[in-house]
Amino acid sequence: MPEIVLSEFAGLSLPDWIDALIRIVFIVALMTVNALALIYLERKILARFQQRVGPTRTGPFGMLQSAADALKLLTKEDVRPTSADRWVFELAPYFAFVPVFLVFIPIPWTETWIVRDLELGFLYVFGVLGLNLVGVVMAGWGSDNKYALLGAVRAAAQAISYELPMLLVSVGVILIVAARLTVDGGSAFGAVNLNVIALEQTTTPFILLQPLGFAIFMIGALAELHRPPFDMPIAESEVVGGYFVEYSGIRWSFFFLAEYTALLLLVVIGSTVFLGGWNFPFGEDVGLGLQVLLTIAKTSAVIFILFWSRAVLPRLRIDQLMAFSWKVLLPFSIVQVLANAIILAYGGGEWIIGITSLALLLLLIGLVYGRARTLSRGAGRSLNKQPARPRLITAHDPAGGD
Amino acid sequence: MTQAQVTVEPVVVEEEFDTVDMNINMGPQHPSTHGVFRMVLTVDGEQVKDVTSYIGYMHRGGEKLTENLDYRGALGYQDRTDYLAAFNNEWVYCNAIERLAGIEAPERAEYVRLILAELNRILSHFMFMGAFGTDVGFFGTAFTWAFKERERIQDFFEAVSGDRLMYNYFRVGGLAWEPYPTFVEDARWLLRQVEAGIADIDELMTNNEIMISRCRDVGRMSAEDAISYGVTGPLLRAAGVPLDLRVDEPYSIYDRFDWEVPTGLRGDVYDRYLVRLEEMRQSVRIVAQALDQMPASGPIMAEGLPKVLKPPPGEIYMRQENPRGEYGIYMVSDGSDKPWRMKVRSPSFHNLSSLRHQVRGSYIADAVIILGSVDIVLCEVDR
Repeated sequence: MPEIVLSEFAGLSLPDWIDALIRIVFIVALMTVNALALIYLERKILARFQQRVGPTRTGPFGMLQSAADALKLLTKEDVRPTSADRWVFELAPYFAFVPVFLVFIPIPWTETWIVRDLELGFLYVFGVLGLNLVGVVMAGWGSDNKYALLGAVRAAAQAISYELPMLLVSVGVILIVAARLTVDGGSAFGAVNLNVIALEQTTTPFILLQPLGFAIFMIGALAELHRPPFDMPIAESEVVGGYFVEYSGIRWSFFFLAEYTALLLLVVIGSTVFLGGWNFPFGEDVGLGLQVLLTIAKTSAVIFILFWSRAVLPRLRIDQLMAFSWKVLLPFSIVQVLANAIILAYGGGEWIIGITSLALLLLLIGLVYGRARTLSRGAGRSLNKQPARPRLITAHDPAGGD
Repeated sequence: MTQAQVTVEPVVVEEEFDTVDMNINMGPQHPSTHGVFRMVLTVDGEQVKDVTSYIGYMHRGGEKLTENLDYRGALGYQDRTDYLAAFNNEWVYCNAIERLAGIEAPERAEYVRLILAELNRILSHFMFMGAFGTDVGFFGTAFTWAFKERERIQDFFEAVSGDRLMYNYFRVGGLAWEPYPTFVEDARWLLRQVEAGIADIDELMTNNEIMISRCRDVGRMSAEDAISYGVTGPLLRAAGVPLDLRVDEPYSIYDRFDWEVPTGLRGDVYDRYLVRLEEMRQSVRIVAQALDQMPASGPIMAEGLPKVLKPPPGEIYMRQENPRGEYGIYMVSDGSDKPWRMKVRSPSFHNLSSLRHQVRGSYIADAVIILGSVDIVLCEVDR
């Protein structure tokens, strides 16, 4: 377990509580800056996709726009509907926010920069992140608003459905790590430690062994984060913003802070598990500076893909979303885990796992694509075009009815 | 010895887990009701059991206002019924009076009217693409892409008429003034841009897997149902009925062009989208031909019109194909300088009346895109 990093860094030995305080301040600062930066970047990137320019007025290139927005939110009136359940309503943002805050603990930013290197880090992350839902449901129920309630129920259904495939495909990775750890009689205990998972990817990132896993993990992350195409809980054109429709001011900003922090964290976890996190596949010895850069680069790349999907994908319907999870993603991830387990148990090489996973991914893509093609049956050609020749309407029913 | 009392335990009947339907009020202030339209959805979970529509928030009495002004003075009110198709409305109104009073507009004016009206159809359909894209969940991308082209058309209309929305450019018997000198060249340039814009929208939306699974078989309406609800326009054609007044009751100079009437096969939301997309292409075809045929010079106003227009007593029902369907104006003249009665048959109103039929049994999210696919303009529903 890495020692207290910050105290080493400064060349001082600090008392535990000061050390803890420094770490908390670091996390809070990172969280705030991250949310502001992501909101700015998202607005800019979406603007590019939409042939706009995005914020330009506040600060250089509009970079202070989200800071100005945050300031506005802080000074805004905190409105509570009279019919709202007071304590449920007022506490909900914190219930949504604190679990996300806690997820920071086991994240390996670099090999040594970890708040606490938890041995069961991966399980901890998903255990704690799931609690986020309590705040969402509280907000939906406490607001005494039907749209909020609908949004919260959608969020709950969605989170339950998509955490399962996400966890299962991660189990596929953990199986590989455990097999490696136990290869010479060692203990598989560290296999759910996020840092160990990153360390195991010195030669090959797990995305090459588990492409299906990465795809499903990212789809699940999109659903977990309520981002398009899975944004029904906050769909503006349907439920007018969903569970936080009644919130304003600072409470509303807490939901947003939680959302963008969760975005960063899930992406970092995804890139740690599947892309190697701070690890560089072509070099044994990676310095601290390079590790930071690698984390940022991998995270940014994945976040860009998430923003991209927001710009170009429409929204699924809630029943299609559930069906996609339970009927498609879940069976695929179970098959993936079983395949990994069988191949590893019979001592098959890891490249067999990679090929199996790739085949499954191609099958999944084929299924989705094929279904849409069947539904559309050549979208452009399903029209029946008739040359416009003048003809006169008679009293006769054009459909040929009597 | 007393008989042992047999005590019968009361059977506790477990109370049934009853669910209650929830009423959700959508509108008049809701992001997806396209104006001040209100519908109350009765939902069982996510499924819509029933829907009640409430209209009238935008009623301004445009028809009655028209009756209180002379024939030419009321032209500006016609822009305001369907603000997305103002040229088309003006054209119906002018045509109605022209037929009533026996005036014939010169050929060049007819060409300009037709070009502007068809461009306005494209503009209106671009608006549909943008709003519908937002309903389906394209976070603003379809909207901005469609609006880029819409802005171009509006700029052109502004150059022609001096206004971006309420043009007030057609006149009874012709046009208000000669179109500006580079009208034809600018229109050709505009057509090229618009074609590229249609291709962009097509590429973004048509073959998207999520879009297809959202829109296929949602809000299906058979041809019989569509006809019995009085549905017209792209909705009716999507249901498979090739009724287009430009063909079936050829007015103006529509019989001079070579184009096609697209009809759908299933009558669902996706077909409506496809029909509109194809109609935009066909409109481009019509405008291109009209620009080639248009006489380079000539009168734009009928000769010998009286200062005060007093059509002979009589009545007229003039109907034309607007972007949203059959737009009809019924007008009765008593020989004075004001219409004795004026009534608008607006396509949005009739199309909207089929909403309940389509929405019942679908999901909340479907209700939103079905309403989007009907493509209402509330000003036109309420008038």
